[in-house]
Amino acid sequence: MIARSLDEALAPIADGCVLAVAREQSGVAMAATRALIRRGIKRLHVVALPTSSLQADLLIGAGAIDTIETSAVSLGEFGPAPCFTAAVRAGSIRMKDATCPALHAAFQAAEKGVPFMPLRGLIGSDLLVHRPDWKVIDNPFGEDDPIVLLPAIKPDVALFHAPLADRVGNVWVGRDRELAMMAHAAVKTVVTVEKIQDKNLFDDPWLAAGALGAFYVDRVALAPRGAWPLALADHYPADAAHLAEYARMAQTTEGFAAYLDRHVLAQRVLTSP
Amino acid sequence: MSVQGLRQEELLADVIAGLIGRARHVAVGAASPIPAAAALLARERGNGQPYVSLLGSRRQTFFTDGGRELFDCAGQGRIDVFFLSGGQIDGQGNINLVGTGDYEKPQVRFPGSFGSAYLYYVVPKVILFRLEHTRRTLVEKVDFISAPGTSADNVYRPGGPIALVTNRCLFTFDRARRRFRLTSVHPGHTQAEVAENTGFAFDSPEDMPQTPAPSAETLHVLRTVVAPQLVEVYPRFAAEVFGAVPGAATPG
Repeated sequence: MIARSLDEALAPIADGCVLAVAREQSGVAMAATRALIRRGIKRLHVVALPTSSLQADLLIGAGAIDTIETSAVSLGEFGPAPCFTAAVRAGSIRMKDATCPALHAAFQAAEKGVPFMPLRGLIGSDLLVHRPDWKVIDNPFGEDDPIVLLPAIKPDVALFHAPLADRVGNVWVGRDRELAMMAHAAVKTVVTVEKIQDKNLFDDPWLAAGALGAFYVDRVALAPRGAWPLALADHYPADAAHLAEYARMAQTTEGFAAYLDRHVLAQRVLTSP
Repeated sequence: MSVQGLRQEELLADVIAGLIGRARHVAVGAASPIPAAAALLARERGNGQPYVSLLGSRRQTFFTDGGRELFDCAGQGRIDVFFLSGGQIDGQGNINLVGTGDYEKPQVRFPGSFGSAYLYYVVPKVILFRLEHTRRTLVEKVDFISAPGTSADNVYRPGGPIALVTNRCLFTFDRARRRFRLTSVHPGHTQAEVAENTGFAFDSPEDMPQTPAPSAETLHVLRTVVAPQLVEVYPRFAAEVFGAVPGAATPG
């Protein structure tokens, strides 16, 4: 369904839920993230598919995350993610270190409705030492061939930003197919979009090939420039000046609080399109 | 920016392009502008071969099935060359992308392991790249193994490190001996300086070769053909190193 407001669309994202979010290149719902912080969301278990940048750092700094499972959190060209780094060092969040293909595989398991997925690599990595939920078995079809099994990740809610939706709630993701995978794996899916068109996406075979059916999508909200200050590939680039400012301000608790006041909390009146 | 003089980035891109050699498919991960330049240089030299997949690019990639396609491709052996780095790299080729000190209470926390704990095992030629060559980064033993340099015989491991490129030198990795060998020292650097700044033991030849400077033709290709293709993913790098600006990009 098309929500009347961003806040209404975000209602399924409750305190303490397991929330899957997209990697920086493929559609991060930043407007939605700011709205969640304004709502005062707490105790999230965030799973980043497979990495995160500003989104995770902002949520951590705002005290919204208890646990994060990810292969990395960094601001890329703008350096380390300050709140993430400080929180891990202080032990104030629970970090489940992963590797990118392990997250993809665990979501694929949930997509298929199977309990686990095997993955090569990992044996001899200290990641495995710190992940008691990952198990090594001997390949039952081979001989003396150890292989790692990863439990399926079935998030409560998947949240991402996409370029386009239609009135019935079909969403166009193009070649960022992991967004479809997130939706297939999750119990519920919330999507913000740049634009909502009247014509059904499935009426156009070219668009249908890159579409995610409304069947998998619980709420869609219009959020123009909803990935800002991150990029939405093929639509707009990252706001480099803003990200540099964030990287600088978030170095200190006071600076982060000032950023939050200015760019997140003060925007309350502007939320409804 | 200096277009006349040789830049360190150009020397390193040339060294890495040489290491890539003949390959069908080279993939480059996040935050790797010099390896990206090297992969594109190798493609220019090979008249369109190898295929190059730059993570984060919409143009320099043929992937259409989401983030997993890169890893599925690698798992099948369809990626020949990849690049990894580390906050720490040790003498056995182990890399650490997680942090220093105790895992639960780290002194320094790095971003995380990305795809290393998988790609290091399945990509035949992994080129380690770490610009900062100091005892802080090149250590005797890493504090956390994101991905090991070598594995036990019964572990599925068609891939692993072949070399380590730094701002001072080129090491090649001997998988059987689980050890690096100093292969060449870059112009302006010395073998003694490499030894002084390396935290692990390594083999050295008696006659120490110097890394050859790129040819005039290589520099020309890097500056006029490769640089514009880097603007999409690495605008800052392309501008600082090559003076390339957005809008000047040619179709890749």
